[in-house]
Amino acid sequence: MIEARQLTKRYGEKTAVDGVDFTVRPGAVTGFLGPNGAGKSTTMRMIIGLDAPTAGAVTVNGRRYARHAAPLREVGALLEARSIHPGRSAFDHLMGLAYTHGISRARVTEVIELTGLQSVAGKRAGAFSLGMGQRLGIAAALLGDPQTVMLDEPVNGLDPEGVLWIRNLLTGLAAEGRTVFVSSHLMSEMALVADHLIVVGRGRVLADTTVQALVREVGGDTVLVASADPARLRGVLAGPGVQIKGQPGSEQLSVSGRSAREVGLVAAEHGIALFELTTKVVSLEEAFMELTKDAVEYHSASTPARAA
Amino acid sequence: MSIATENPAVPTVSLRPAPDGGNVTGRRVLRSEWAKLWSLRSTWITLGLGLLFLIGFGTIGVLRYKSMLTSGKPVDPDFADATAFSLAVFGVPFSMIALGVLGVLTTSGEYSTGMIRSTLAAVPRRLPVLWSKAAVYGVIVFVIGIVGAVAAFAISSGVLSGTAKAMSFSDDGVLRSVLGVGVYLALVGIIGVALGAVLRSTAGGISVLVGAFLLVPGLMSLLPKSWRDDLTPYLPSNAGESIFALHHTSGTLTAGWGLLVLLGWTVLALVGAAYRMMRSDA
Repeated sequence: MIEARQLTKRYGEKTAVDGVDFTVRPGAVTGFLGPNGAGKSTTMRMIIGLDAPTAGAVTVNGRRYARHAAPLREVGALLEARSIHPGRSAFDHLMGLAYTHGISRARVTEVIELTGLQSVAGKRAGAFSLGMGQRLGIAAALLGDPQTVMLDEPVNGLDPEGVLWIRNLLTGLAAEGRTVFVSSHLMSEMALVADHLIVVGRGRVLADTTVQALVREVGGDTVLVASADPARLRGVLAGPGVQIKGQPGSEQLSVSGRSAREVGLVAAEHGIALFELTTKVVSLEEAFMELTKDAVEYHSASTPARAA
Repeated sequence: MSIATENPAVPTVSLRPAPDGGNVTGRRVLRSEWAKLWSLRSTWITLGLGLLFLIGFGTIGVLRYKSMLTSGKPVDPDFADATAFSLAVFGVPFSMIALGVLGVLTTSGEYSTGMIRSTLAAVPRRLPVLWSKAAVYGVIVFVIGIVGAVAAFAISSGVLSGTAKAMSFSDDGVLRSVLGVGVYLALVGIIGVALGAVLRSTAGGISVLVGAFLLVPGLMSLLPKSWRDDLTPYLPSNAGESIFALHHTSGTLTAGWGLLVLLGWTVLALVGAAYRMMRSDA
């Protein structure tokens, strides 16, 4: 369980994290989603006490991270930036961390096997590929068998097999009842593993929701319908939980709260001819873009001034 | 914490018997820093160099002196006050630089590589890491200093035995001075550790260390003579050298005062390191 209350981090004039509130619950994978520069990494660094908040607080299992007697048993974290001395072997790196908590050599061997690093455990970590470096970071995060696992952009630099492995690892950890908090700037990746989503942009929480709710909110289940008599169709479709939008003088209506099938059946019942009936497909990627379009820090030239 | 009551949808976590390990303790952090230091190749190389400089330059110095004595020519004025001990410790400044640089690297290396994030995630109270690094490194350098000084003096007294300058370990002050070499190098090593943590940069840490011990003494000649005579003995380098000097002149501190002054510099550096470590984001 991670709880952030009015968490704020300012670097001089720039506010990286701006009064953020959220709770990450156990037993589920919570995705932490946002464009680059949204404050995800800064938030994660504050959770494990590497950065001190300018205001507000964040606790892990009810306490500040640094106040836990055995921090690696509470939270295992993989940070975005490499946190390894390149001159040390993977085994020695893990052993150095293990000694601080009196964790045994057997556990070090176990996490090395779990992350598939057996063959390179004796090699200097500086020679590792990006993917191997990520695996070593994950091995370090799992070392203390922590109740909460926090991974910053874990699939970066991994090959498809590695990506699949991460997905299974995350869902497996959550199924064991652990708190799993994973950041990403890729909505599609999150959609596959996350149960819950916290979307941030420019240091603020834009949405704290589930994947399904987010899609619905951004218009995922909208049906476009064109008919000869939009006014009458509007009347017969109306009902609780149904929203209908349409331009005056246009044949087209946009209906949410009813499926295309329902709309078609209702129209047939009332003898209204339909010219078009389409379920508007909003991908998660689009939902995410829609949500964060005003909060993206750097726009590419091909999408001019949408946010401006 | 009862997860089941807060989130009924989630099955209760089966709390396995503590698989492994326990709380972070001072001893465990010491053990970790010890293991981390020895698991880097640069540690072995630099400690080896420190020992080699101590023994090697001492040996070269005494052999050179012996050849001057036996050649019958007048002794070089630089060597006029030489003793078997002063020749044996000829390599101390070189060894001091090597060991001080490694001290800087033990902390600055963690910042430059990013390792510090792993270290502080494991020990988020932070200060135990600084104390452990200083203690572990100080003890190792102390041992290297003693071993090197004993070896260098054994060689020196062996080479000069039978001459007018012959000395042995039983001579007045020799054991204390040998011990002093170990103490001096250990304190310089700890100052290096602290400088690395204050500046978080290898280049910066080494520059300040070399500047403080090698350049500042030279700059003292720019001061008016009366100031110079008052201040110079208290510089870290001069105070440090009086810890292991066999003979003290009017212009130098006694071994005890030298030790106190260098300890003061060490504490100052450590306080600065602790302040930076606690106040700045990692």
